[in-house]
Amino acid sequence: MNQPQAAIPRITRPKNSFVYLRAIGAVVWKDLAAELRSRELISAMLVFALLVILIFNFALELDIEARATVTAGVLWVTFAFAGTLGLNRSMAIEKDRGCLDGLLLAPVDRSAIYFGKMFANLVFMILVEMIVVPIYSMLYNVNLFIPGLLVVILLGSIGYVAVGTLLVTMSVQARTRDILLPILLFPVVLPVFLAAVKASANFLQGIEMAEIWPWLNLLIVYDVIFIAIAFMVFDYVVEE
Amino acid sequence: MEPKPRILTILDGVTLILLAVATWMVLFYAPTEATMGPVQRVFYFHVAAGWVGMLSFLAAAVAGIIYLSTKSRNWDTVSLAAVEVGVVFIFITIISGSIWARPIWNTWWTWDPRLTTATVMQLIYLAYLMLRQGIEDPDRRARFGAVYTILGFVSVPLTFFSARLLRTIHPIVIATGDPSGEGTFNMTPPMLQAFMFSLLTFSFIFITLFWHRIRLGKLSDRIEQLKLMTIN
Repeated sequence: MNQPQAAIPRITRPKNSFVYLRAIGAVVWKDLAAELRSRELISAMLVFALLVILIFNFALELDIEARATVTAGVLWVTFAFAGTLGLNRSMAIEKDRGCLDGLLLAPVDRSAIYFGKMFANLVFMILVEMIVVPIYSMLYNVNLFIPGLLVVILLGSIGYVAVGTLLVTMSVQARTRDILLPILLFPVVLPVFLAAVKASANFLQGIEMAEIWPWLNLLIVYDVIFIAIAFMVFDYVVEE
Repeated sequence: MEPKPRILTILDGVTLILLAVATWMVLFYAPTEATMGPVQRVFYFHVAAGWVGMLSFLAAAVAGIIYLSTKSRNWDTVSLAAVEVGVVFIFITIISGSIWARPIWNTWWTWDPRLTTATVMQLIYLAYLMLRQGIEDPDRRARFGAVYTILGFVSVPLTFFSARLLRTIHPIVIATGDPSGEGTFNMTPPMLQAFMFSLLTFSFIFITLFWHRIRLGKLSDRIEQLKLMTIN
């Protein structure tokens, strides 16, 4: 991939935070460029997300009363399912064509690779959410453009992707790869979901901020905790 | 091949005796609780099994951390042993809890924070076992296992905390109880004695099983090595 040439010879230990950021940027850019050319991942995630919403429509009879209470849940389940699809795909590409080994040979700190993959996955997830949210609003005539709700979606996605990127790196190296990711990911990421669904539902029902703050704070704390753990253990997951 | 250590044999016997005494204490020594009746006796082994389950998962995470820093295969065996023992005990906790909840809460199951957390914990460690099954390379299996036990052990308290913000009806008997939980009661001295004795007994059962499982793990490692030697 097109790494920035100037950066490579100098970094053995990235003391310089600028170099570190550039390494992250290079990984993100690589993923985005590859996606821009193939458009496999986003389109698959998007179509899948829309299908999930369609299925919910029939399964739950989303009439007006039901919508008020279940919208948050439907949205998050959709994001979670589409998310696993995206995570699996983004790592399977690396693994199948030996790109991961190439990445690991790069003279940058391993955590830079983790953050790069994480940001790229986050971008994919947010892109899908940016399309799903307006479509959902339109189809079901619910206004989802509440600034608070969008913040919750962002925070929830960060937590989800932080754990997901770590676990998918593990699951692609296992024999049962595609099936394994949701089984590993969902129980661990549950606290993020609980907080995200609750906060989203509160925003949708227009409950006052004082009651939503605890959930938002929790989400932020969970994001920080999960990113910190992933940062600490990622080395062991890619070590050969 | 090392023979079974003498202490382990003694421990087996002691554990069996303790279990017999504990069963007697729970069934006959402790008085019947006034409002709930005989079903309250589930409580003694229920809490003890839960305590041991949590202890196992803590042990698994600690062994995982030690494995990652020392890379000694023995710690991976310890970690796996702890998870397997923990899964069994948490299963006992969930089943015994359900038996108690049926007459007291009038349902087998409710999504109370503790119940939710126990279920999620069980799912996390079942996922751990599946993860291990899917990886052939022993070093990689050990590394991934260690990472997952650490991640799981951090996630479980967070789940509990989140779920607790939602609602709780589970009685809190230990800790300075607020009496709002449905089915809360005060322990009389004989009850407390039976309870403490159950905790002790289950801790012994835990140590015995844990030790046996570690020994088993080491033996199967040895077999694997011998197999490789014959192939080469």
